[in-house]
Amino acid sequence: MPKTPVKYNKDEIWNLLSEVKDPEIPVLSILELGIAREVTIENDKVVVQITPTYSGCPAMNAIENEIEKVLRVNGIQDFEVNKDFSETWTTDWMTDKAKQKLKEYGIAPPGKTDTDDDFLNSLKSSSKIIPCPYCDSTNTELQSEFGSTACKAQYYCHDCDEPFEHFKCI
Amino acid sequence: MSTETTTLTKQDALFEYLVRLADDRLILGHRLSEWCGHGPILEEDIALANISLDYIGHAASLYEYAVEVEDKGRHRDNLVYFRNDVEYKNLKITELPKGDFGFTIARQFLFAGFSYFLYKQLSDVEDEQFAGMAQKHLKEVKYHLRHSREWVLRLGDGTDESHERIQNSFNDIWTYVGELFHQDEIEELLQGEKLAADSENFKSDWKELVVDTLEEATLEVPDFDQFMVEGSRDGLHTEHLGHLLAEMQHLRRSYPDADWE
Repeated sequence: MPKTPVKYNKDEIWNLLSEVKDPEIPVLSILELGIAREVTIENDKVVVQITPTYSGCPAMNAIENEIEKVLRVNGIQDFEVNKDFSETWTTDWMTDKAKQKLKEYGIAPPGKTDTDDDFLNSLKSSSKIIPCPYCDSTNTELQSEFGSTACKAQYYCHDCDEPFEHFKCI
Repeated sequence: MSTETTTLTKQDALFEYLVRLADDRLILGHRLSEWCGHGPILEEDIALANISLDYIGHAASLYEYAVEVEDKGRHRDNLVYFRNDVEYKNLKITELPKGDFGFTIARQFLFAGFSYFLYKQLSDVEDEQFAGMAQKHLKEVKYHLRHSREWVLRLGDGTDESHERIQNSFNDIWTYVGELFHQDEIEELLQGEKLAADSENFKSDWKELVVDTLEEATLEVPDFDQFMVEGSRDGLHTEHLGHLLAEMQHLRRSYPDADWE
């Protein structure tokens, strides 16, 4: 059923986009994750610029579909969702509030990313200490660099005996 | 496809270069995906499947950019499903059967180490989209390198059985590593335009990483000067690629209009 196109300003589009959550981490929106980068409106055409998180992340397609759906149900017919690779997504774009939400959800949030200079040497040192999101203990152990999704690693807490996931710094 | 009389343009060369890089990653990603459900332990099953997804993701973005550069309105899937083995330009090291876990780890380590240095250089190419892709892939490759390097140490310096198996794996794969550093007129043309890496510049760094790691793992480093196979970039492959493609392409070729939706 064709609806009359509704006109929105940029802020309103950003507002609509904040409804789109990451399907694998439903507590965070694509704004909090830093996936939605830019909104432009030209001659009533809405263009949303997004940047993929991990190259092989299967959630990206779902996120794109969800953005299209949100725009469409709000009466926007002329739009485009573009992927932009010129900026590289990093967990540093995640707000403190988003990190707190992750922790409350049971995922140890990412810290600050390291500089690249010393990567080869860092291979030889042991992995960083990640505090347990449940009991804040630092008596934790890395089980695997890869978890249930590309963005997470698996850890184990020796104090509360709970396995937990860590959102990797990238 | 190419005729020898026409001169190579920058556009042709960049398309070919992107397809080569993408082919390596697609084929290796496909090989790795064969571990899904067969990993030695659950964590490794998940890790290998994740790494496989990364490689296929890298391939997807490289193919997508390749067809954009080519500018003939071709879809990236066309390159994946409708080329035969001689048209694939992946290095033979990526198409070898997955072997045992030791063989998979040996290959992952050698390839991830190579990709690390390659992407570091590609991060500075004078093309915003290509450089951005390389920077993104580099971040992920660091995890691949850390993962495979740790397993090389664990298997090499582990039990007699694990030591012997991974040593045999490195010995068997060695004849395929020389090709990682193969360069021809495609790279040369693009290097002049600051659009390609020059692997000569990081060959010694890569060797150092490999030698250091193997020695720490109590493994013998095979001879870098031994006979090395060639010809992958000209479409010469082992018999294994055809079988892989048959499996990967058969659905799309049997039902060209099939759709997930």
